[in-house]
Amino acid sequence: MTIQLFITCLNDALYPGTGVATTEILERLGHSVEFDPRQTCCGQMHLNSGYTDEAIQLAERWLDIYEDAECIVSPSGSCVANVREMFGHAGHWTQNSNLIERAAKMDGKLFELSEFILKFGGMDVLNPYFPHRVTYHPTCHGARALGLKDSPEQLLRQVQGLDFVELSEKWQCCGFGGTFSLKNSDTSAAMLQDKCETICALDVEYCVAIDNSCLMHIGGGLRKDGKVPKVIHLAEVLASQEPK
Amino acid sequence: MSGGGIRPSMSFSDAARETLKNRTLRHNLGFATRTICSKREKVVAEIADWEQTRTAGSMLKDEALANLEENLLILEEKVVAAGGKVHWAATATQAVEIVAMIAKSHQVSKVVKVKSITSDEIELNDGLAAQGITALETDLAELICQLADDSPSHILVPAIHKNRDEIRALFEAKLGVRAETSEPAALAEIARTHLRQKFLEAKMAVSGANFAVAETGCIGVVESEGNGRMCLTLPEVLVTIMGIEKVLPKWEDVATLMRLLPRSSTAERMNPYTSIWTGVTPGDGPQEFHLILLDNGRTTVLADAVGRQTLRCIRCSACLNVCPVYQRTGGHAYGSVYPGPIGAILTPQLLGMEHKNANTLPFASSMCGACYEACPVKINIPEVLAYLRGKTAKNPAESSAFRAAFWMMSDHRRFSAALKGRRLGVSIVSGLGLVKGWTDSREMPEVPAESFRTWWSKRGQ
Ligand code: SF4
Repeated sequence: MTIQLFITCLNDALYPGTGVATTEILERLGHSVEFDPRQTCCGQMHLNSGYTDEAIQLAERWLDIYEDAECIVSPSGSCVANVREMFGHAGHWTQNSNLIERAAKMDGKLFELSEFILKFGGMDVLNPYFPHRVTYHPTCHGARALGLKDSPEQLLRQVQGLDFVELSEKWQCCGFGGTFSLKNSDTSAAMLQDKCETICALDVEYCVAIDNSCLMHIGGGLRKDGKVPKVIHLAEVLASQEPK
Repeated sequence: MSGGGIRPSMSFSDAARETLKNRTLRHNLGFATRTICSKREKVVAEIADWEQTRTAGSMLKDEALANLEENLLILEEKVVAAGGKVHWAATATQAVEIVAMIAKSHQVSKVVKVKSITSDEIELNDGLAAQGITALETDLAELICQLADDSPSHILVPAIHKNRDEIRALFEAKLGVRAETSEPAALAEIARTHLRQKFLEAKMAVSGANFAVAETGCIGVVESEGNGRMCLTLPEVLVTIMGIEKVLPKWEDVATLMRLLPRSSTAERMNPYTSIWTGVTPGDGPQEFHLILLDNGRTTVLADAVGRQTLRCIRCSACLNVCPVYQRTGGHAYGSVYPGPIGAILTPQLLGMEHKNANTLPFASSMCGACYEACPVKINIPEVLAYLRGKTAKNPAESSAFRAAFWMMSDHRRFSAALKGRRLGVSIVSGLGLVKGWTDSREMPEVPAESFRTWWSKRGQ
């Protein structure tokens, strides 16, 4: 299959390693991978912050770029959820039936990375190796908006050498929420503190998730307190190989 | 009772900063909400077709709202035919006036009240007090709030922010009794003895309503303690204040509602007391019944195609209990008798988005979606939050930052250039650093040497 990468603005600027790992994974699975450099941002930040007009222009721009793709894969649950859910909602708010229709046509073509692997298989081909004690935080948009629940956990449990520990209170939000962590920084910090405590209680080396935005927040909280666990995107775990 | 009403006096972030400092509150609330959430999950899981029931609930509410005017007119006709009187109140002030007028016409200076969040919405107690009429709360939790001169912090468990020891101390101080222990049964006994006398003395009661059925003209109240039933049956005059969105067209709709409500709210299969009455019955129960139909902003909400779903709410409070923000800040941070996720969308819509503090409420959410998942009538609260955020006035510094980001993101040459010079990464990181508070609790990410697109372009060579 020819796969268009959807590398979100945050991944592009701050977490390029996740994009590199995603590319490697998809190529190892035998797909031909393309990246359209016209892509910028899906407009999630503008939409969630109340800049609806700007968000809609970014959404339409996103559709211009991806509309003809056969299949699109992204290593970000929240951006995939934005395209899948919020494009249509924004179309409804503004009675923009064209946007609603175009967004609906993306159904079945756009996947979050773990969703793609769970659907099409290939863990045996990837055969990842990651000899560490690891837990998994199901990010809210991945778990609820995409309905993935904790299914990416299944992938981690298949990784060679990986010692998996389940996170307690795992459905609790980490408190990032984009501009929420800026506008309501104190409340966000209280949520973050609880999340970091549950992670640290497990004595793990890594906390894994499918969204770098949430990981940026959790990782920032852990490092601030000088805590040991590090954060890592699922793509980077799945791309890891046993040294030859 | 102090407070009440729906007009926040502070922005959510300022109010939350205060409530977050209260460790006891955070502890009480965390414990209480976790307990109720896990019970709720269990009883919800017992219903195999829960998802279909939610859909049925949301559809029946939507239909009821689509024909709201007609349903209300039928309700009025049936209530009147059954010997009741119907009053229409466009505003909170009008509703309070009507209650005061009824009380005065009976020379009543004391009324008993059964839990009614709608009466808190219109600040009935303060309004009546101003006219020399005392309203006595009979719901245990509301009584606790009233004695403590505190406002409710939860729709269903108004005193959720208090623990047993605090309540025991309060009873001892305000009711002049000695409590043997802080056990719930002992505390409830004190309240029971205190209230019994009040019920017997009261000539007039004020209640809320969980629903009304248009075709039969009956009103329903759902409760756990039985104090409500005392209020509804003992006094001579009964006044019910109901938001206009509570009307259901058909009797059979009650069945669907009752499958959803107790499990979602108190995590019970069925609540202990459900009282349903139709007008007046000679020689049995109150001999005068008044129904006040309250608008107070609801028709404006109804007129909004996106916001309208808010009126499906059956006030079960499931969304409060699962909300990570509510769990930490408590209800008072929302500055309205409607706290939590439903409050964050209902309060600003009832007041209008111009209200300076209410318009901070749609931002009081991390958009985690737990509320939408829990809501028995499937109100897409995150969607409404995002929609309402679009309707708030923006502060100029923030808008110019968003406009600059848009300018860069709407053109890939500008975007690529910013990434090449690491400018976008640096500006995200320094942007976070500039926001007061972010870096107190979080360390900033590092900006990598090259962006993904730079890696990709090199790889192609
Ligand atoms: S919004 Fe939904 S979950 Fe929240 S109180 Fe209303 S009905 Fe219950």
